[in-house]
Amino acid sequence: MSRQLLAVSRRRFLQSTTLGAAAAAAGVLHAPAVLRAQGAPVKVGVLHPVSGALSYSGQQGRIGAVMAIEEINAAGGIKALGGAKIEAVLGDAQSTPEGGNAEVEKMNGAGVAAIVGGYASGICLAASQTAARYDLPYIVDVGVVDAIVTRGLKNTFRFGPGFGVIAKTALDNLVTINDQADKAAKTVMIVHEDSAFGAGLAKLLNAQLPERGFQILETIAHPTPTRDFNNVVLKIRAQNPDLVIPANYYNEYVLLARTMQQQRVRPKGMYSVLGGAASSYKFVKEFPEAAQYIMDCNHWFDPKNPKALALKKKIEEKGEFYTYEVYMNYSCVLLLADALERAGGADRAKIIGALESSTFAGHVMPYGPTKFVNGQNQGAAPVNTQVINNDIQVIFPAAFASAKPVFPMPRA
Amino acid sequence: MLSSVILVPAVLNGLMTGAVYALIALGLTLIYGVLHIINFAHGALLTAAMFAAFFAHKLFGLDPYVAALGLTPLFFLLGYALQRFVIGPAAHGEDRNILLVTLGLAVVIENALLYAFRADTRTINLPYAFDVVEVGTAFLAVPRVIAFIVVVAVALALWLIMRWTDTGKAIRAVAKEKRGAELVGIDVAHIYAVTFGLGTACLAIAACLLIPTYYVNPQAGNAFVLIAFTIVVLGGMGSVTGALIGGLFVGVVESLSSLYLGESLGQIGIFAMFILVLLFRPSGLFGERA
Repeated sequence: MSRQLLAVSRRRFLQSTTLGAAAAAAGVLHAPAVLRAQGAPVKVGVLHPVSGALSYSGQQGRIGAVMAIEEINAAGGIKALGGAKIEAVLGDAQSTPEGGNAEVEKMNGAGVAAIVGGYASGICLAASQTAARYDLPYIVDVGVVDAIVTRGLKNTFRFGPGFGVIAKTALDNLVTINDQADKAAKTVMIVHEDSAFGAGLAKLLNAQLPERGFQILETIAHPTPTRDFNNVVLKIRAQNPDLVIPANYYNEYVLLARTMQQQRVRPKGMYSVLGGAASSYKFVKEFPEAAQYIMDCNHWFDPKNPKALALKKKIEEKGEFYTYEVYMNYSCVLLLADALERAGGADRAKIIGALESSTFAGHVMPYGPTKFVNGQNQGAAPVNTQVINNDIQVIFPAAFASAKPVFPMPRA
Repeated sequence: MLSSVILVPAVLNGLMTGAVYALIALGLTLIYGVLHIINFAHGALLTAAMFAAFFAHKLFGLDPYVAALGLTPLFFLLGYALQRFVIGPAAHGEDRNILLVTLGLAVVIENALLYAFRADTRTINLPYAFDVVEVGTAFLAVPRVIAFIVVVAVALALWLIMRWTDTGKAIRAVAKEKRGAELVGIDVAHIYAVTFGLGTACLAIAACLLIPTYYVNPQAGNAFVLIAFTIVVLGGMGSVTGALIGGLFVGVVESLSSLYLGESLGQIGIFAMFILVLLFRPSGLFGERA
């Protein structure tokens, strides 16, 4: 027994010393590598749920991140590192937090300098926590849950807006739009999916809408997936609200909108907060009539930024849809590249320092000046969009607007 | 809330959903009536049929209603072969073995589908899926109206087969008195397989009626079969009329309870009814004996 124990611990000891020696050797070898004319590539983890329930969003996110890396490399790589190329280490979180964790471990093992991505809030929460154990910089691409940046993790940065900011903006803008239309909307019905995202949003709306002068007629929950909205739409027809607020994922959002169209239920407006399909080019292209005049408060690119429009053209030429996952990941990779330039190396602590002091402006989002406080970009903000004549226009804030809101919906 | 503006469409919608439930229950009750077994593979076979309809559309661009013409005989043969060459021989003439064999088949089919197509949920988009027929104040979706008509036609055809053809007579004879049927020269193994084939063919039709408005994943069929079991018990085990009436009734109950209790709780009404029937009328509404 004791001999066996001893044998194991001796083997472990040997293993750990060899590993330690290897690590030290790698470290020693690494330092001069940086000094070479064309530096060794900098590895960056690109983590998305490219399979499973969120696979469409994950694949879109990967497209954006990879495109940014290709552009940086084509333009001469990271100049502070002697033109070192960025090498993407792709990871599939398989649409689960555990999958995300496993990939972070693998990426850490592969020696990445930082990780970008995650997409879903649950994956971002888990993956950034795991990365924190290795002091590995983690840039959240989308994940909106506020807890992501309130845990005091030094390594975690979110470039986009969080849920609190989005909900506040959405409600403020709704009031403004309604006031401009002489308070056309007084009554509201909320249709939400019954998991964390939809139920959480419904709760928030139920608390805040009455304070802002709206009467909530009914709040209807439905499971994901749901393949029949006939009864929900019948209820909407019976209550006849001025405004319908859906909070659900892409498939259900599309089905609800199409069933409303089919049953000829036309409220004065459809207004969403992070609507599953409300500002998706895919929805607008496939079902233009059902999508017409739907408003959303969501992530969106800066329509007055030529770089954003050039990227849109490039993505569409590839036959892909220019969805928010694409340009948010694109911007996050550029943010990281800027930090790498200023950090002057792939040292993780220096990259974290560079991100903390970042004032990066070369992104494609309609944000204010970049400034990270506790990992959250203070300049990040959502915008309001509306589907107008088979295109998606920005209607708020005024500085980025490309159209005026059409509300109430014109009667066909 | 009780205004006819929403009540009438809700009842009509329920009737049309119920028609598809009835068709699935029809296959189940037919197999039960003749083979005296509960076919646990019913759900998995429905899922397989839905995948077949999905890929017929995806790969060959076949409209599900056209695909039904090919899939129905194909699934009849599949059902026939399953009973003749798998379930029958593996059962060694014992009813309780058949139960286990069908359960095993369900596990195999479901996991084979999961392995082949992963857990992704798939749908197809048809140009007419959101077209409507106006009936008074109600707008009825075209695929549901088609489903209702097809189910009525299939039920009628099934009734005619059972009533007038030699095979139908033989099926009824085997159902009533297996030994007697054997003695007058009816090939019982063949009739068993034909019945299983007919039950499976019903599933192929149901799948083609469902796929325009529903989704498919490796577990999609189970939700329907749970309801079909309720219908079979409600209508009386083995009763074809009971399955039809029971299916329509359950469809309406589901539609109304989801209207008044909410989408997430919609199926509570069905299972509450299931328990009530078991408590107070275990032989079902049209059952011959307890």
